[in-house]
Amino acid sequence: MTRYAMVVDLRRCVGCQTCTAACKHTNATAPGVQWRWVLDLEAGTFPDVSRTFVPVGCQHCDEPPCEAACPTTATKKRADGLVTIDYDLCIGCAYCSVACPYYARYKVTTSRPAYADEPMAHEHKRADPGMIGVATKCTFCSDRIDYGHAHGLTPGVDPDATPACANACIASALTFGDIDDPESKPSHLLRDNQHFRMHEELGTGPGFYYLWEKAR
Amino acid sequence: MRGVEPELQPFWDARAAGNFIGGGSGTGLLLWTAVAASTQAMPLRAATLVALVCIAVGLTCVWLEIGRPWRALNVFLHPRTSWMTREAIIALPLFALGALAVLTGAPAFAWPAALVGLAFLYCQARILAAARGIPAWREPALLPLIIATGLAEGAGLLAIIAFVLTLAPGPAHTGVMLLLVGVRGWSWLRYQRTLARPGGAPLKTVQALSRESRLWLPLGHYLPAALLVVALLMPTLAPALGAVAGIAMLAAGWRFKFALITRIGFTQGFALEHIPARTPGYARPGVKPGWN
Repeated sequence: MTRYAMVVDLRRCVGCQTCTAACKHTNATAPGVQWRWVLDLEAGTFPDVSRTFVPVGCQHCDEPPCEAACPTTATKKRADGLVTIDYDLCIGCAYCSVACPYYARYKVTTSRPAYADEPMAHEHKRADPGMIGVATKCTFCSDRIDYGHAHGLTPGVDPDATPACANACIASALTFGDIDDPESKPSHLLRDNQHFRMHEELGTGPGFYYLWEKAR
Repeated sequence: MRGVEPELQPFWDARAAGNFIGGGSGTGLLLWTAVAASTQAMPLRAATLVALVCIAVGLTCVWLEIGRPWRALNVFLHPRTSWMTREAIIALPLFALGALAVLTGAPAFAWPAALVGLAFLYCQARILAAARGIPAWREPALLPLIIATGLAEGAGLLAIIAFVLTLAPGPAHTGVMLLLVGVRGWSWLRYQRTLARPGGAPLKTVQALSRESRLWLPLGHYLPAALLVVALLMPTLAPALGAVAGIAMLAAGWRFKFALITRIGFTQGFALEHIPARTPGYARPGVKPGWN
């Protein structure tokens, strides 16, 4: 079996938002839509304070509440763990959006370029009118993963088969791969470090693992 | 950019609230109309028609909210077990049976329509329960509150219709209204108490609930309860007092559902189970910003 997941090393993320920019460039998402973004989380009280940068987005859950909520069959979970949306079936009811505890879904009702009136080159190339009025979210760059499989590449290892955010990370904080493969880099990271998943108490089984300390 | 703390959900607005308002009032009215028509001379046709109009207006509201309204049929063409799918599918026999009840005026059709209406109301309550991104909606204590308020609104609406048609719904209906006011008030207090417990909901949700409670309890419960008690003691004034109590019950229920969707529906927000050790530094306990 294959279970693609993202491993985030919270000790390494510097909050540069390069992953956010890479995602926006790759997917040409509309202004205000950020399938991948980085939270700037401050905690504690002076002088004992901390600041943590937390990459978030669709967690590609084991038990996606968005899939259970979808009134059509637009939202589906693939065998490799990726949660996808069929834009042709989605009616844009946004029920999936309120079902997602990770605030990961977006719906825009108009198409407009990020700057001025003319779309930039990547927007011109990737803009899809089918994504207007429907739910959208991070796909883990499923098209790149599928391309990789079709061309004998390994997602998480070969850049052409790896999500743009993980490729772009300047600090190696984002590591993508198959956690069912014990020899994959994410599997090694999970073995060597203590980790948690966000809102695990909700029973969603998120596919984002946050490393916070070396394994004891 | 979306922030760390829970935010008011931006996905559903007053149109979505309209679906819960129309669906609750309409299905509640269907039930009490069937009950009243079976026990005394009540305007089954008129009340059932009003109920169907309420439900239809609610569904139209939600249809106007969806991003691709002309694809709405995909709910039937590509069904799955979502509670929204179930609601849509149940609406079909609901309108068919309701239309038959309006056309024939026979309680034999009103009762099946009322029972299917209850299933519709249950689906609406489960729609909110499955919205796991919104702590105030997924709270199990909301389910009985949604059902109770739908039934209370329906009973109030029937009292108003009866008054307009110069009919007396009778002391039994006044008693039912009083009971429903009590059940709804109790369900509300239970819901509010559950969310206010530590870790029950985002702080902003608890604060919004507290604000709503100031209006909801006096106008939606204390006032109609007092009016209904007087109506039971003074039967000659019962139709008018019942209608005024009905207006209060209806208005409070509508206001609650509007607020539930547009004022109380804060997102989950984000949390860290552990704050990582950064150089220099040490790991710390986790944080859940914006929660009590």
